[in-house]
Amino acid sequence: MDLKALRYAPTHEWAYLEGGIATVGISKFAVDQLSDLIMIDLPAVGTKLTAGKDFGQVESVKSVSDLYAPVSGEVVEVNQAVAQNVQLLSEDAYDKGWLIKVKIEGTSLPSELMDDTAYQKKVAEESH
Amino acid sequence: MYKLDPPPLLFESSRRGRFTACFPSSDVPGRALDDLIPAAYRAETPPPLPELSELDVVRHYTNLSASNMSIDTNFYPLGSCTMKYNPKRNERLASSPGLGAQHPYQAENTLQGLLAVLFELQQFLAEIAGLHAVSLQPAAGAQGELASLLVAAAYFRDRGEKRTKVLIPDSAHGTNPASAHLAGFEAVTIRSNAAGLVDLEDFRSKLDDQTAVFMITNPNTVGLFDPQIGTLARLLHERGALLYLDGANMNAILGAVRPGDMGADLMHYNPHKTFSGPHGGGGPGAGPIAVRDFLAPYLPAPLVARNEDGSFFLDHARPKSIGRVRSFFGNTGVLFRAYCYIRSQGPDGLKQVSEHAVLNANYLLALVRHVYPVPLGTRCMHEFVASARGMAREKGIRAMDIAKRLLDHNIHAPTVYFPLIVPEALMIEPTETESRDTLEAFAATLLKIAQEDPAQLHEAPHSTPISRPDEVKAARTPVLRWKDAGRSAEGVAS
Repeated sequence: MDLKALRYAPTHEWAYLEGGIATVGISKFAVDQLSDLIMIDLPAVGTKLTAGKDFGQVESVKSVSDLYAPVSGEVVEVNQAVAQNVQLLSEDAYDKGWLIKVKIEGTSLPSELMDDTAYQKKVAEESH
Repeated sequence: MYKLDPPPLLFESSRRGRFTACFPSSDVPGRALDDLIPAAYRAETPPPLPELSELDVVRHYTNLSASNMSIDTNFYPLGSCTMKYNPKRNERLASSPGLGAQHPYQAENTLQGLLAVLFELQQFLAEIAGLHAVSLQPAAGAQGELASLLVAAAYFRDRGEKRTKVLIPDSAHGTNPASAHLAGFEAVTIRSNAAGLVDLEDFRSKLDDQTAVFMITNPNTVGLFDPQIGTLARLLHERGALLYLDGANMNAILGAVRPGDMGADLMHYNPHKTFSGPHGGGGPGAGPIAVRDFLAPYLPAPLVARNEDGSFFLDHARPKSIGRVRSFFGNTGVLFRAYCYIRSQGPDGLKQVSEHAVLNANYLLALVRHVYPVPLGTRCMHEFVASARGMAREKGIRAMDIAKRLLDHNIHAPTVYFPLIVPEALMIEPTETESRDTLEAFAATLLKIAQEDPAQLHEAPHSTPISRPDEVKAARTPVLRWKDAGRSAEGVAS
């Protein structure tokens, strides 16, 4: 996965589109902010997602946070390794730590999602 | 520095055959055990209990209690929790037989004293709220929230209105969305603006005819009074929605401003914060609620009411009531402490309580803010939220490290990582019962910690029996039961 090709929601979820399927995860920045992760709730295969609506929750020692869908579509695969052991996210939030794969509605990712440059700028602002 | 080793568990101290009393031989003729309990009903082995002397047990629990921190032993600036000193007088009065030895099944004419106290407390809480009717039943603040939202739901149902949403700021206590969800509403988050107050634009965009209630904590969890409250109330009422005030921070505004005057239609109190109820221990607690007159018919029944002859009774004849939320009339012991507190302070005293709580918080804020920046607001109400983000970035000292290190200085940690809208949050509430000396000593300690070696802070606390428990492991695979390696029958839950 080319990390530069990821697109980001303001709530720190990323999406990567390949052949009509979007792989969805949360950014390393978000994982670091959440600190020590305890568990994650992910939707079942077949669940219909709406962009901007929550599709799951991640619990850390600090808080429980909603996960918001960066795209609309149907869940076609769930990363069971992460569902079983959410701490995988702390090791790798991208290649190993993707959360779900979504068959998207339409042919492209929503245009509101940020590209890598815009997201890194946002993150830099948030941590200052 | 004095360091207690964790005492061994009672099971680990057990020695076969050790016990407290040596009984003399019985002068009553014995009977065969089979005559008393047939063998079929007897266990084959004794229960796996530890065998100890009375002194072993006394030392065990006394030593455990000595490693506890409490407001009676240490400064306890735990933000949002209002850990003020609870006058011992209230404890003494609450344990008097006139209250403590009563039973709720007694006839009403033998409970007149207790009912008079509860009736007056309803009136006091209505007056402090600036609202009309009070239910003392809910057993905790969160249950008060839930009961209030059920009252609101019953009100809308009665009017034939279907409203599905409860709006809640992102700075709210987590109990607010939880209560909304339990009461059958959808919780909708309202953003805070750059000043830490309700983002009016976001509020307007989410307020619609489906909105039942807006829950606001005012002053809010960052310790700021939201001056937009009048506007918020007006916008809500124009849409037929209700304003709920989470009374968690009443300690900042007693006698200064009344929720009813802010436009609130219903609210709950946390007597353990504001009115000297016992803190912690998981209860019993109390979370009285106050409502405007048009919501009174829906309050939990019974209420304490007064007959024309001046006697008191429990009024069950409330056909629109949501019903009981707690057995009998709530946790009267906690309510009685609240009554004692309110009576002993009086109206002027209560106002002074809040004035001093706000003064103490602002004094502390002024002593530490050059090192512990407070991102939202230049002044505060009863508490303030500092951020360790700069220290985290520059030195790797995080809010958790500061909190842990304070324990080495015999100070309880402030609330950390809440509210979520302030990164690396340290939420500090000194309360009105601390002296200027204590505040200055605390400020000096905070400033000293900021200069310490980060490596030392990462390992803190150094003086407690247990330093840093593995929070992830504790949450994922908690050990809920002691397990004897030799006995294996009762397992470790995971």
